[in-house]
Amino acid sequence: MVRLIFRDQEFQVKSGMTLGAALTKCDLNPQMVLAVRRGKLITEDVILEEGDEIKLVAVISGG
Amino acid sequence: MSDPFAARYLGRLVLGGGVAAVKCRTCGEPAVINMRQHKLALCADHYVAWFQGQTERFIGKYGMFTSEERVLVAVSGGKDSLALWDVLLTLGYQADGLYIGLGIDGGVQYSAESLEMAQRFAAGRAGAELHVVDIAGEYGLGVPEAAQLTIRGRTKPCAVCGMVKRHVMNRVARDGGYAVLATGHNLDDEAAVLFGNTLHWQVGYLARQAPVLQESAGGLVRKVKPFCRFYERETAAYTLLQGIDYIYVECPFADGATSIHHKLVLNGLEAEAPGTKLQFYLSFLQARRAGAFAGMEGSAPEMLACRTCGQPTTAGDQCAFCRLWETVRVRRHS
Repeated sequence: MVRLIFRDQEFQVKSGMTLGAALTKCDLNPQMVLAVRRGKLITEDVILEEGDEIKLVAVISGG
Repeated sequence: MSDPFAARYLGRLVLGGGVAAVKCRTCGEPAVINMRQHKLALCADHYVAWFQGQTERFIGKYGMFTSEERVLVAVSGGKDSLALWDVLLTLGYQADGLYIGLGIDGGVQYSAESLEMAQRFAAGRAGAELHVVDIAGEYGLGVPEAAQLTIRGRTKPCAVCGMVKRHVMNRVARDGGYAVLATGHNLDDEAAVLFGNTLHWQVGYLARQAPVLQESAGGLVRKVKPFCRFYERETAAYTLLQGIDYIYVECPFADGATSIHHKLVLNGLEAEAPGTKLQFYLSFLQARRAGAFAGMEGSAPEMLACRTCGQPTTAGDQCAFCRLWETVRVRRHS
């Protein structure tokens, strides 16, 4: 399994899918997050590996 | 499939199983960001260089300022303003920071934490001078408490906050002899404002929205937005890649803000059609340059010096900022 952590939420997806597919599955717009794996930014086409923990950084702010 | 030329041309390297990994267009290393609106993927080093180079290009393209002019950067402790300060210092501009302590807590010590971020950044950069204005320290109350004492502020505290910030930014820029005030507004900010003003056909606001607001004879300093063509995602990526700590939590008053709702809508469109936000904003600027909103600004109101603080105002003989604090003083003790 792969864990995606976004603010105080945690999502789990199967390994082997791309980050973009995982975000879609979690109903998250890829435009509105950056994904960090092992301290490095990754792009949407990267394949998620078993045991990955992906930190999602929200990029939208304002008021 | 294996076609190195095609793979390089497309910016992609096709791996076993038909899985594509985006590569940096410049060096071919794995990309850390893929900007679909530009059809451009870059690795960390080349992204940082690209981001800084683009900022320099926008500063020149829109005639924002020169390297001889002193720049005051409005720093909130957030990603955009700290990224802007970082880029301007890296590019060799004479850029100082201004942090305005608004006295916002919201259970998350928002102002205290954001000040710490701004101070930490300044401490880590040689030659980075940070001006700090503490509203509660100067006027006795933070903005949220002051807003509650006014009719408008009770329902629209962000409007009062915006007015306070504009006043203080102009004052510090004038007093400090800065030629220009730079803010970290990004394309998502600009597109959201544009979207809102278009929905309501606020042609006066549309006519005035621009990357540069020129200084006025009455004493308003020039305002510029060097990041106005970067997606918010791009400023966030720059900040992360540069290892800049910024305040991650939102201002407690931003919850449910219209501008955030507009950003969600625009990002929904962007996900379906990459480049929508950029095209929306750039087409607007082009139409504006071509005179689509000419004459719609309304007549320029007469600018007078406020009798209390001396700053320029169009609101009679006393500016809105000074009227606010007079009202607050009276109501606080009544």
